[in-house]
Amino acid sequence: MESASQSPRAGASLLASSVGGGILPGWATYAVLGGAAALSTAVLLAAGAFTAALTLAFTVLVACVAIYAWSRAVEGPRRARDRVMTMAIAAAFGLAMIPLFSLIFEVAKRGIPGLSLEFFTSDARGVVGGGGAEHAIVGTLMITGVAALISVPIGIMAAIYLTEYGTGRLRRALTFFVDVMTGIPSIVAGLFAYALFEIFLGPGIRLGVMGSVALSVLMIPIVIRSAEEVLKIVPAHLREAAYALGTPKWKTITRIVLPTAFAGLVTGVMLAVARIIGETAPLLVTTGVIDSLNSDPFHGRMQNLAVYAYNEYRSPGLMKQASYDRAWAAALTLIAIVMILNVAARLVYRRYKTEIR
Amino acid sequence: MLGAAGSKRSEARAGQVRTTAGAPAIGTSSGAAGAPSGRGAKTIEVKGVSLYYGDFQAVEDVTMKIEPNKVTALIGSSGCGKTTFLRALNRMHELTPGAAVEGEISLDGEDVYGAGVDPVQVRRLVGMVFQSPNPFPTMSVYENVAAGLSLNAKRMKKAEMDAVVERSLRGANLWEEVKDRLDKAGSGLSGGQQQRLCIARAIAVEPEVLLMDEPCSALDPVATLAIEDLIRELKDRYTIAIVTHNMQQAARASDLTAFFNLEKSGRPGRLIEIGPTETIFTKPAQQATEDYVSGRFG
Amino acid sequence: MAQVDTTTNAGQLLAAASGGRRRPGDRIFSNTATAAAVTILALLAGVAIFLVAEGLPAVTAAASELPGGKSLLDYVAPLAFGTVLAATFAALIAVPLAVAVALFITHIAPPRIALTLGYLVDLLAAIPSIVYGLWGIFVLGPAAVPVMRWLEEHLGFIPIFEGPASVTGRTMFVAGLVLAVMILPIVSAVAREVFSQTPRKLQEGAQALGATRWEMIRMTVLPFGRSSVISGAMLGLGRALGETMAVTIILSVSGAVSFNLISQANPSTIAANIALNFPESSGIAINLLIATGLVLFAITLVTNMGARAIIARQNRG
Repeated sequence: MESASQSPRAGASLLASSVGGGILPGWATYAVLGGAAALSTAVLLAAGAFTAALTLAFTVLVACVAIYAWSRAVEGPRRARDRVMTMAIAAAFGLAMIPLFSLIFEVAKRGIPGLSLEFFTSDARGVVGGGGAEHAIVGTLMITGVAALISVPIGIMAAIYLTEYGTGRLRRALTFFVDVMTGIPSIVAGLFAYALFEIFLGPGIRLGVMGSVALSVLMIPIVIRSAEEVLKIVPAHLREAAYALGTPKWKTITRIVLPTAFAGLVTGVMLAVARIIGETAPLLVTTGVIDSLNSDPFHGRMQNLAVYAYNEYRSPGLMKQASYDRAWAAALTLIAIVMILNVAARLVYRRYKTEIR
Repeated sequence: MLGAAGSKRSEARAGQVRTTAGAPAIGTSSGAAGAPSGRGAKTIEVKGVSLYYGDFQAVEDVTMKIEPNKVTALIGSSGCGKTTFLRALNRMHELTPGAAVEGEISLDGEDVYGAGVDPVQVRRLVGMVFQSPNPFPTMSVYENVAAGLSLNAKRMKKAEMDAVVERSLRGANLWEEVKDRLDKAGSGLSGGQQQRLCIARAIAVEPEVLLMDEPCSALDPVATLAIEDLIRELKDRYTIAIVTHNMQQAARASDLTAFFNLEKSGRPGRLIEIGPTETIFTKPAQQATEDYVSGRFG
Repeated sequence: MAQVDTTTNAGQLLAAASGGRRRPGDRIFSNTATAAAVTILALLAGVAIFLVAEGLPAVTAAASELPGGKSLLDYVAPLAFGTVLAATFAALIAVPLAVAVALFITHIAPPRIALTLGYLVDLLAAIPSIVYGLWGIFVLGPAAVPVMRWLEEHLGFIPIFEGPASVTGRTMFVAGLVLAVMILPIVSAVAREVFSQTPRKLQEGAQALGATRWEMIRMTVLPFGRSSVISGAMLGLGRALGETMAVTIILSVSGAVSFNLISQANPSTIAANIALNFPESSGIAINLLIATGLVLFAITLVTNMGARAIIARQNRG
């Protein structure tokens, strides 16, 4: 066997790696997992404490111990450590996936009962313990739309500045502060929008556009970051070819660089929208809560899906469960919108991106 | 190729190699060259080995012997499979997804790809030094040399480990230069020193065979000569196979030379000729060999 | 006359091509771009200025004038404590898990499905925080009650598990778990990035020495990625510090300052406190809340700066 000071040379064989001298069969891992599952199920059933979660936990634990012991006997301590760590890491991944599936499952399960025609077509004005979320849906679209209207031009122009024009101190300052902006807590962005409007329009004000401003503070750094990355990928030789033809810089940017990066820019914007469309906190402090449909961002409060869901939970009407149902339905709608945006963003990217050879 | 008598295609996935056929029983040696050699260095016997990356065949039907206590140089133009072949000897080839090995490779008679053989154990016995020095950047010089040891030995007393580290560094002709900076980062050395550090690291685990893949290509001429001197010393204790595209190096440093070549690009590499270095360079048997060593191509 | 920037490749060509003169189109466009840059800096300055302006009255006011009769410091200290407690607990859980997830995706899972697995983990980041909040209080909370009871029973001697275990699940423990799930994708994305960039020659060097896969990971991948993972962890921490909705919904707040994670008596976080009180507040109370918002901003700023500093040092070294 291996000894510290003596070289394993004399008489060393390829199979001298372990006491048993060999390797576990290929089906070893599955056998161990199966056996552990069976054992855990049996023990827990017998103890009367059977739940899916507990069984899973026990299975993983028992499997790890078993594979280590078996491997150590057959293959040696190093291989055993390798196997048990691989199993533990895989288990950790599984653990991380549980919340994802639980979330999607639970939101679907609890949200579907709340979905109805009424949910989508009527608001909650004057209705006690009932009503729908039309105002919230419209409000979400409105507020997010205005936020995008503000953020996208500014963000993309700033990204253009950083990649095409920027020099010296302004550039460094901008890069630094965009970094800072990505870290602003969402509620602080809301407070800022509130403070801004309060100074000009007096206290207690609540407006749809305030929410848009708050969301813009969050959205702009995201747009800048992703646009910057996409613009940087456009190779220098494309620009140089345009310059060599005598094209002025601004035309090069608008006719060559932007179209080449177009798919990436659109994707970046869509992903940014997906990120902020579910934001609640900044809107709680800016747009307020309202029961009726209001599609004018410049007058009066405006409702939004996320705040609506929060509100239905926080102050349910007389029929508590119905309110909760609506909250979940709003949550489901939100997730659906976000997922659709994410998937659409990737599809758009794949369909429209320009291959750069 | 797939119909070669008695051989099965072995799908190489790390740790799960299925059989290559025709391997002699574990533990017996085959032929004179398989007899345990004087200082413990081993012979590598290669029979009918073909190497694949997925469907692409990189190397075709190589049969040769790598003699103990001698330096065998593998030469040939780039792309003819020398490195691929070298990496099959210590089962590094199979780490590439889709890579496959056919034929038989045995270490002192034991099939390297046999069932029940742990590739990790193979790599312990067959060490490798790479083209570009790769000391572990987060470890000191000492820790780098001891890296392989701390994997293998259960609990080495500090004094023992110190002794092994010193012995390995001396063996790599590096001791005098680093003995006062053993705890400094391995990446702080010059290129030549780093490569010698990697050699020290490789020999610290006392392999039977040392494979070197163009070890000097990233080094300056002075460092290169230092490594070549080192190789000449090392062959007393190890079997050495070195891939090089530098013919002068092969002529200087090796005892045997194997010449690999491609018919044309896209075809797999083949072993054209193997023999004593002097013969290969002065009176080669094959025309292609003569063309290569006299610089007419490659 | 505006100077063409000749430090960039494009600039040199441009100067050559246009003979050094700026066309009106160029000037308009570049000025617009610069204006955008300046606007953003102004926006950020505005955030700072307006918040300070609105928060200042609370800083200067005497304790008696403020709601609750406490000075700003006394008011915000328990909130800051709660914020840091929740975020730290979340990070302690999320970071090792994220490292494992990243290792799984980059080194263990079959390469063909690694991309899909990455998408799945990133999906966690797409879910809005209100949904996490609802999930936390309706699903995870009740499910965690038996766990908390077990912790109280068997590990109750440790202060964080002192109990008595809440029966509703509305505890720091559950809030921390939800935060951990929320920041897991952030840390794991950073870790995945750096693990997959571990130089092949380092990994092969370890393998050629006869290391098993786990040993290779320990010798090369993990040391290589250490600073990036730390920086990613701090980014996640920053996110957890600022998270509002999940905590607002889940926590049952009593204002108590304690490390006890599983009881009904919990401190609130700065963000949750603002969310809960702002809608009904007016006057000086609003100034007070905004002042706490500034404190939160400062805390997250320091954390994020720290993260970037670590990355910068790694890139330089």
